[in-house]
Amino acid sequence: MEPAIFEERQEQIHRKGQQPFEMACNKESLAGAVSQRACVFCGSRVVLYPIADALHLVHGPIGCAAYTWDIRGALSSGPELHRLSFSTDLQEKDVIFGGETKLYQALTELIDRHHPQAAFVYSTCIVGIIGDDLEGVCRKVSREKGIPVLPVQSEGFKGNKRAGYNAACQAMFRLVGTGDTAGISPKSLNILGDFNLAGEIWIIRDYFQRMGLEVVANITGDGRVDDLRRAHGAALNVVQCSGATMDLAIMMKEIYGTPYIRVSYFGVEDMAESLYSVARFFNDPEMLHRTRELVREELSLLQPQLQVYQRVLSGKKAAIYVGGAFKAFSLVKAFRLLGMKVVLVGSQTGTPEDYQELHDITDEGTIIVDDSNPLELSAFLKEQDVDIFVGGVKERPIAYKLGVGFCDHNHERKEALEGFIGMLNFAREVHNTVMSPIWQFMPRRRGKSISKGVSG
Amino acid sequence: MKRKSEPYVSTTNACKLCKPLGACLAFRGIEGAVPFLHGSQGCATYMRRYIISHFREPMDIASSSLGEKNAVYGGGANLKQGLHNVMTKYGARLIGVATTCLTETIGDDVPMIVRKFRQEKKGRERGPEIVTVSTPSYAGTHMEGFHAAVKAVVEQLARAGAATEAVNLLPGFVSPADIRYLREIFRDFEIPGIILPDFADTLDGQAQVDYEKIPAGGTPLEAIKRMGASRATVELGRTLFSQETAGQVLVERFDVPLHRLGTPIGLRETDAFFQILEQISGRPAPEPHAGERGRLLDAYVDGHKYIFGQKAVVYGEEDLVVGLTAFLAEIGVRPVLCASGGGSGRLAAAIAAVTGGLLPEPPVVREGMDFYEISEELEALEPDLLIGHSKGYHLARKRGIPLIRVGFPIHDRFGGQRILHLGYRGAQSLLDRIVNAILEKKQEDSRVGYGYL
Repeated sequence: MEPAIFEERQEQIHRKGQQPFEMACNKESLAGAVSQRACVFCGSRVVLYPIADALHLVHGPIGCAAYTWDIRGALSSGPELHRLSFSTDLQEKDVIFGGETKLYQALTELIDRHHPQAAFVYSTCIVGIIGDDLEGVCRKVSREKGIPVLPVQSEGFKGNKRAGYNAACQAMFRLVGTGDTAGISPKSLNILGDFNLAGEIWIIRDYFQRMGLEVVANITGDGRVDDLRRAHGAALNVVQCSGATMDLAIMMKEIYGTPYIRVSYFGVEDMAESLYSVARFFNDPEMLHRTRELVREELSLLQPQLQVYQRVLSGKKAAIYVGGAFKAFSLVKAFRLLGMKVVLVGSQTGTPEDYQELHDITDEGTIIVDDSNPLELSAFLKEQDVDIFVGGVKERPIAYKLGVGFCDHNHERKEALEGFIGMLNFAREVHNTVMSPIWQFMPRRRGKSISKGVSG
Repeated sequence: MKRKSEPYVSTTNACKLCKPLGACLAFRGIEGAVPFLHGSQGCATYMRRYIISHFREPMDIASSSLGEKNAVYGGGANLKQGLHNVMTKYGARLIGVATTCLTETIGDDVPMIVRKFRQEKKGRERGPEIVTVSTPSYAGTHMEGFHAAVKAVVEQLARAGAATEAVNLLPGFVSPADIRYLREIFRDFEIPGIILPDFADTLDGQAQVDYEKIPAGGTPLEAIKRMGASRATVELGRTLFSQETAGQVLVERFDVPLHRLGTPIGLRETDAFFQILEQISGRPAPEPHAGERGRLLDAYVDGHKYIFGQKAVVYGEEDLVVGLTAFLAEIGVRPVLCASGGGSGRLAAAIAAVTGGLLPEPPVVREGMDFYEISEELEALEPDLLIGHSKGYHLARKRGIPLIRVGFPIHDRFGGQRILHLGYRGAQSLLDRIVNAILEKKQEDSRVGYGYL
């Protein structure tokens, strides 16, 4: 049997310091390599899912809807229509004769039942093949029901998750500009690329409000259709995440002239810098002052508590494999704040610029990977003897099987990890797994002793 | 019971999964096997996540990762490259290739592509077995996919040979704990068993020093090849009986006598199972099991008053629903609704057969149900408890009644892979859980707060 690295993937793996940095990425996944990636549909579903007062109808066979039913911790402060899983459940006869009639009937039935503010209709692989006129059906239903009915061109095979982000942004962009912007403050913004997992967007909104800003639209965590429609009235788009909603920000800049800045709410450093960069944008000394106060206040609360964790976690080794590279940047910095060493970092969908930045912020010897797989990841975890692996549900069993601690930093998580409070939660999560007494009993660690953790 | 005039067109909160998922689970129960989906990358990734969240085990599913070009010109080249990579990197001894709705619709001829792949590889090292199964997601549920994969494995691998003493056991989709228990029963009867599939170890494994590319365990390939020479086959699941199954293939091709039984949940269905084993082995049930049966009867008596007349709604895979309903009927719980997302057309008959003479009135039996429809039915039925997988939790929460978690998936509790359903021991465990759920509810609802029940 060959070593764990596929020959075709060698250019998607880099060890910092060995040779000049060059990294292949944005490639189609290698067949048979068990990529951790999903598909176009998944990308669209992830972005649009938290819009809580819209109907999300998956036009396709049952699987695509079943596997995305209420799996994320994207919370809503009001309606919860997004937590239901709607499907046209296409059958053989629909595949042969076309699914348009069924789609029309299903849409009509569901809109009459739930009275949503808008409907998103997701296309799946099979719809792309049988050639249903999604656009036509959506237009007809929209006319009849008087709400926006938006096709999402998310056929699974038409690229990777990024293509799905784009399809989602295209669909949302049709809503933007259709609402009344009267009364929106000039000191206002939209929050893009936050999905309100475990209530995170509420933490961020609170910061912005304390700075004296009006939040027009949450895109898309705790999102509402009407807010999206008037999102073009905001003075600034603040975009988090590796591009899930970047395309929307770009389109809004082109058409409505709304400027955007990129931010991250993970980790103390990036969180503070995000608030400062927003304050700098508005060029308002009072706001800048308020922001400084806010950061000072939050840090004074956070630091004493954080120190307790820093003491015991210092020197431990971490591995990171996440969907988007932007999250990886913040995690590298967050681990550094805890005094931990990142020995492996990678993403499913990073761009060349993303990997360059990862290269710049990591230490010598750090392994950087693009679109990795269980065989590679497990080989690196073992080689680097890591203490904690950060990833999503699919990465968890890789870590656990080898007797390595794990932190879920994906959409299923139920812990708020954003904001200053999020850094503390993150430290606690890391601590609770790294310092558990169980590792010493695992075959991999048998015999090695483990230092004392924080009690209570 | 009032029926609504027309069924809904849309599906809300499905009570079923898609066909390839079942095939992947079945393939995972074969030694040295890697499940492989011929389709988009997303299918494999979604199913992996769904399965991992239940079993808390690695679940690698390879994919041919088709892109837009492949959808137009065919996915043959990707399939071959994928097979090659799984062969060389995983060292797979069997690759189970299941199709998806995409590759079925573009019309890839998978058996032919695999034949060509084999020809191209000819002369080099001996490659793995490759089993192909057609699992378009638009025709049938994960259970049809599961049984289709088991049948494909038998069709494509089993051979004739000198008669052996072995007995083939086709348990259907049961838990790793159930499979371990079935092994134990066979061992105690001294019957050499071939259990297909057997994911007791592959989906409930041990802590490891190294990441195993393919988890140890599973039905040995050599044993599968000998299934045509076994002395009998025992196939479990009452709603299966209308379709062609692996058990029937073994009858038709190799004249292996077939015993078809219900999934052995509860006293009577388990008695029937043991009876067949007694008949095959020519010996009475071994002591540990006879003892377990006796203790189960004793527990039926001890618990009967707490649960008598409690109304239960049972949902999930059809054969599991039938077995659970048989059990509930015999302990005095009243099943009022038996619902499944499946559509075998045999659920009602199977429920009637296992509840005959035990219930004052038959339960409502519905196939092709989703949770929206189940929820509607609940309004009038006012059940006291729900029995099914974790996706019904929202109904239990809404009505403030207990949910007894069984089957797959269990995404909101720990230990789903260790839930025991089958046999006397499984009935004992289910009974304990049901009685305790009723007691807990009573205690919590009580203003007195009895500490002695």
